[in-house]
Amino acid sequence: MAKKKIGEKTAPEGRPSSFLQIRKLKYEYIRRDEENNVEGITTAVDDVSFDVKEGEFIAILGHNGSGKSTLAKHINAILFPEEGEVILDGMNTKDEDKLLDIRRTAGMVFQNPDNQIIGQVVDEDVAFGPENMGVPTEEIKQRVEESLKTLGMWEYRNSSPNRLSGGQKQRVSIASVIAMHPKCIIFDEPTAMLDPRGRYEVIRAARALNEVEGITIILITHYMEEVIHADRVLVMDKGKVKMEGTPREIFSRVEELKELRLTVPQVTELAWELKKSGLPIPDGILTREELIKEILKIMKEYIYR
Amino acid sequence: MKLIADHLVYEYNKGTAQARRALDDVSFVLDSGEFVGLIGHTGSGKSTLVQHLNALLKPDSGSIYYEGADIYEKDYDRKALRGKVGLVFQYPEYQLFEETVLAEVSYGPKNMGHDKKEAELAAYAAIKRVGLEDECFDQSPFDLSGGQKRRVAIASVLAMKPEILVLDEPTAGLDPAGRTELLDMIAELKEKEGMTIVLVSHSMDDVAEVADRIIVMDKGKIVFDDIPTEVFKHVSELETMGLAAPEMSYVLRDLKAAGIPVNEGAITLKETKEEILRVLS
Repeated sequence: MAKKKIGEKTAPEGRPSSFLQIRKLKYEYIRRDEENNVEGITTAVDDVSFDVKEGEFIAILGHNGSGKSTLAKHINAILFPEEGEVILDGMNTKDEDKLLDIRRTAGMVFQNPDNQIIGQVVDEDVAFGPENMGVPTEEIKQRVEESLKTLGMWEYRNSSPNRLSGGQKQRVSIASVIAMHPKCIIFDEPTAMLDPRGRYEVIRAARALNEVEGITIILITHYMEEVIHADRVLVMDKGKVKMEGTPREIFSRVEELKELRLTVPQVTELAWELKKSGLPIPDGILTREELIKEILKIMKEYIYR
Repeated sequence: MKLIADHLVYEYNKGTAQARRALDDVSFVLDSGEFVGLIGHTGSGKSTLVQHLNALLKPDSGSIYYEGADIYEKDYDRKALRGKVGLVFQYPEYQLFEETVLAEVSYGPKNMGHDKKEAELAAYAAIKRVGLEDECFDQSPFDLSGGQKRRVAIASVLAMKPEILVLDEPTAGLDPAGRTELLDMIAELKEKEGMTIVLVSHSMDDVAEVADRIIVMDKGKIVFDDIPTEVFKHVSELETMGLAAPEMSYVLRDLKAAGIPVNEGAITLKETKEEILRVLS
């Protein structure tokens, strides 16, 4: 598969147009006091509709409490819509008979690696999912090997998970998910607890699964730098999708993002600040290379003037 | 106030096949009013070191001197020390337990031996200082947002009026605005109250913005201990340790490599912007 360019939309062609359909989704939390009386209602997801194509890489941004995680938990039927519906690969999440198929189709990776690993040994942990699904033993072995190799964790197959670094643990969690052969993986702030190397490892793994294996990725994060390679970015606020577009489009709207308690990648912000100081730099610079190209252009104009 | 860490050695799983030196001959001096960023990848020994600062862990060899006294001496008042060196752990909001915010925050000073009134006055001041509204006082800490819970946890430590405040990854999991607000609040504690701050983090960008000294740890040893601009000159060494320099130092490095005569050394966005504008004007 051709390598994606940053910020370009390259959903694969010839596949069913909507892999995931979210229609007018609404979900409310009921707040109760100690006597279990209803204190009030928080609308966590409020009339959200969007589609995801198979093979797309979607990033969801939003401040703490904006409804991102609640939304994500609807995709693989951990939560069920109160109003509206979620259709994943042709299956309505309200259809109880499809529950297992839905969870197999969309796997989830959470924030804390220590809460997701159950095996005493790495390969045991990865085998747990397929075992539960009733996959034959020989095939489980194959899947464990292939998943661990994909994530670069094969050499740790006999290690105890508690001797791994945070990034390595998260990669084991991802391997455990892909051993179930999902078409889609939802990452809910997978790097929040990791150091820079761990973050890099996890994001690189997510991109590779998307580009090489064609797995649909939905990435929720607070780190702006992690979403510049996404096909599309959704920004949530108060349970609604407030902005939607390519990373370049979204990160061109610096002030709006700041109002939503978010920011832009540091390089984007630097470019934006330089533009405000009068330099002719376009909006939506995403990488150092792009910024340096623009600055070189400006230098040349100075020299030849 | 002066804290001296003198040749600290600490080993986990001592005497077993899995023995590992978490601290390997660590020495430094912490002066009053400093803002120190303590950096290292997961497992580099930062959290182990931090737990020595208020004697939660005892080193295998070496010692810590607080205001000239050895904190591991038999008769040393370690309970009082834990009020002076306040420790805010990772994800401190998971440690909240009281029914109201006020009760939560006054728990520490009460435990230190203050009467109810004194404790509540100290709690009141601490809650205000972390920027929580009066309405929060009687609320259950569990009804607050993640960012607010974290502020309550920090207030619980501040209520004991520490001289040194040590925070382990205080911004993890917060949204960008939450990160900035919390870092500004911490910087203010130093500016306005002269509190000594030790900020443990693996976010170089966070540390670059606020710290005036950086200690980098790797494999239980202190590798660098200097002002931020000096530390971040060692980009390749930091990367080998699984760390990175702040994004801005990479921008300047790449600009220089592209033939643009910028001076390296700026690490914050503002400094970098000014440097680029200087060269282009």
